[in-house]
Amino acid sequence: MSRQNLTRRGVLKTGAAAGAGLALPTYLSAAGHEGFTNAPSGDTVTLGFNVPLTNAYAEEGADELRALELAVEHLNGGGDGGMLQTFSSKALDGTGILGKKVEYVTGDTQTKSDAARASARSMIEKDGAVMITGGSSSGVAVAVQALCQEAGIIFMAGLTHSNDTTGKDRKANGFRHFFNSYMSGAALAPILVDQYGADRKAYHLTADYNWGYTTEEAMASSTEALGWETVNSVKTPLTQTDFSAYIAPVLNSGADVLVLNHYGGNMVNSLTNAVQFGLREAEANGKKFEVVVPLYSELMARGAGQNIAGILGSQNWDWKLENQLGARYSGTNAFVQSFGEKYGFPPSQAAHTCYVQTLLYADAVTRAGSFAPCAVVEALEGFEFDGLGNGPTLYRADDHQCFKDVVVVRGKENPENEFDLVEIVEVTPTEQVTYAPDHPQFAGGALGTCNNGA
Amino acid sequence: MLGIKGKDLSVFILVAVLALLAPFLLNPFPVDSAMAQFNAGYPDLMQRFVIFGIFAIGFNILFGLTGYLSFGHAAFLGVGSYAAIWMMKLVSLNIVPGIIMAIVFAGLFSVLVGYISLRRSGIYFSILTLAFAQMSYALAYSVLTPITGGETGLQIKPGDTPLLSNVAEGEIGRANFFGLEMSDSSVITLGGWEFTMNVGYYVCAVVMIAAFYLAIRIFRSPFGMMLRAVKSNQQRMNYTGLNSKPYTLAAFVISGMYAGLAGGLMVAMDTQVGPERMFWTASGEVVLMTILGGAGTLIGPVLGAGFIKYMENIVSKINSTVLHEWFAFLPDGMEDFLVTIFYPFVGKGWHLTLGLMFMAVVIFLPGGLVQGGQKIAAMFRGKKAAEKDGKTANQQTPAE
Repeated sequence: MSRQNLTRRGVLKTGAAAGAGLALPTYLSAAGHEGFTNAPSGDTVTLGFNVPLTNAYAEEGADELRALELAVEHLNGGGDGGMLQTFSSKALDGTGILGKKVEYVTGDTQTKSDAARASARSMIEKDGAVMITGGSSSGVAVAVQALCQEAGIIFMAGLTHSNDTTGKDRKANGFRHFFNSYMSGAALAPILVDQYGADRKAYHLTADYNWGYTTEEAMASSTEALGWETVNSVKTPLTQTDFSAYIAPVLNSGADVLVLNHYGGNMVNSLTNAVQFGLREAEANGKKFEVVVPLYSELMARGAGQNIAGILGSQNWDWKLENQLGARYSGTNAFVQSFGEKYGFPPSQAAHTCYVQTLLYADAVTRAGSFAPCAVVEALEGFEFDGLGNGPTLYRADDHQCFKDVVVVRGKENPENEFDLVEIVEVTPTEQVTYAPDHPQFAGGALGTCNNGA
Repeated sequence: MLGIKGKDLSVFILVAVLALLAPFLLNPFPVDSAMAQFNAGYPDLMQRFVIFGIFAIGFNILFGLTGYLSFGHAAFLGVGSYAAIWMMKLVSLNIVPGIIMAIVFAGLFSVLVGYISLRRSGIYFSILTLAFAQMSYALAYSVLTPITGGETGLQIKPGDTPLLSNVAEGEIGRANFFGLEMSDSSVITLGGWEFTMNVGYYVCAVVMIAAFYLAIRIFRSPFGMMLRAVKSNQQRMNYTGLNSKPYTLAAFVISGMYAGLAGGLMVAMDTQVGPERMFWTASGEVVLMTILGGAGTLIGPVLGAGFIKYMENIVSKINSTVLHEWFAFLPDGMEDFLVTIFYPFVGKGWHLTLGLMFMAVVIFLPGGLVQGGQKIAAMFRGKKAAEKDGKTANQQTPAE
């Protein structure tokens, strides 16, 4: 079936064809130089909203997208202006960004780093986006952040809680407004000690992936510093749906607190199992048994239903913040009102962080007077602001992480409706959750230099 | 020419021309027109087309020829990717050593998986390969985090200084092919049209053409004949005293190496790896590509890969604002009505559209898109020619 006649002429022909094929790209490599990637030329500027529309975090993604669309509306002068009214920087005036009307493109991250990068690359290469935001997992955030660094685009991270995003994987072109594992630990530990006593023995169940590790480390080290003891920590597979086998040994382990380093569906299932096993009514070491969930979200609380009653956890932001704790958290009500008017229910913390990130980017561009990534980075580094719902906040220059108060919440015993499932216990002030840029939990990373791209 | 002739040669030339002219063919609409949404001629997507084309071509060598349905091919893609990124982090930013190691490691891993899995056939074989792939995924996701970076995966970092490449302090190394950076492109503007010629894409395209050529040679070789015999009746083959195992294992390893090559290229184009690349849905995707395009045909898998990646990247980006723009010329009520009808099928509903298309193809064109193409060609050529065509084109018969 095959012909194996290798003639001299045939070899030469093949070689020449192959050579021509290889040489082809050589004289195509001249790149255009406009100062920076995707410099907006017309009277519009395009932002890329890269959110999970399908798979596990689709609900968070949908909520992020709602908030992002709202942000665009406000930047272009539509609606009631939302947080633009309360934002401490008054550079934005509702005429778009630097007089250019804001347009946006959306894409589906599928909560997979490959798909997220494909979607982000299409926004950069095809749609000419100058900034990318959104996302609902740390794996995706780290992947897209690295891509933006390479391409010379600004990345404003959405919901990502792992230390790594602004720790070992930090990048000069990437910024995170959301809090992180360390902050959760530091914010929760004093309140846990306050509520449950300093003489406690903790048992950790940890989702077996990056975010789980950093959260467990943060929780263990923060609570141990205040006198708790970590009895045991067990990794659970991410795909696990029935946690009975992991919960059963907890009661006989000598521990009296169970820390669930789980998120999303994992948390809903493990918490439900823990309640079914009677951990909430159990006693150990003469004390009432307690369960803790380091990272809370409204959507998870909705999934877990009654089981979250009385369980402590931390949040980046909550829509009731200003109503309950006063004007320090101004901006919250303005945002909740315009979001509520448009969509009919209060926003989640994922929505809030994406909205704020978009405003912060627009503001930084306006103050810098340029869309060039390096100018934006300079404007954001060390930027102190207020009026975006979290109280006075600092964008630290060393790692591009926002430092602000952390909200500690507890599941309500008798929620009135499906949006009011948690109550605010306390707010841990910024000073308590601040750490050194070279803290061991964040070591091993370097911002590098900002990249303007082509 | 090149040891292939007749129909194969024309298919090969067609693929080569399509691949080399893709930047033009995929951007048929002017940049500012409303139809620009459907342009697919940007580097990332073009690279994905050909890389997944390679993956599907390799998969087709196993599935299309021997009929062994592997549900774990993404594992080899992943292994190849991890091998390539480590080569780039440690040895050289040139993509060649990375891609070679990707092929080697994927090959070694497929020898192991194939040796064990090929003891069974049919559904048991599929389950075994699926199990291996899920194990690899779980290992990469958590157990082997020090090597694979876990959930967050691996990238080239500012601190990485490969042995053979000079990277300035604090700079992030970029993948290159003997000095040509993969991300370099030049844009040709012709009137309202823009065409992006990207170095990375052409590297992929040339590799794909080579991979396609190799696949043709395998299909037409005595070895390929043996594989087809396995598919038609392995038992009968065994009774004649032929040991078919070395052939199936060889086919398995070859297709594993193709997957490794695709994995290596993916890293070369976009220097990062995440474990989802090995998830079972990724294995399922290549099966879909092959069946959608036409299993057992030469060009089918490439078409299927292009089709699925197009849906994933283009249709998923159509949101309600875009729909409103399209129908803006209609009266308000009509506009909203049409947007409501179309909305569930675009944006986050792209899976739904893909699913419907897949069902339509499987029901009406069991031979995949290739059969669709043949039907259209037959329509033009008249009925008589179609009958003749159906008899001679026996190599185009779909699997199962």
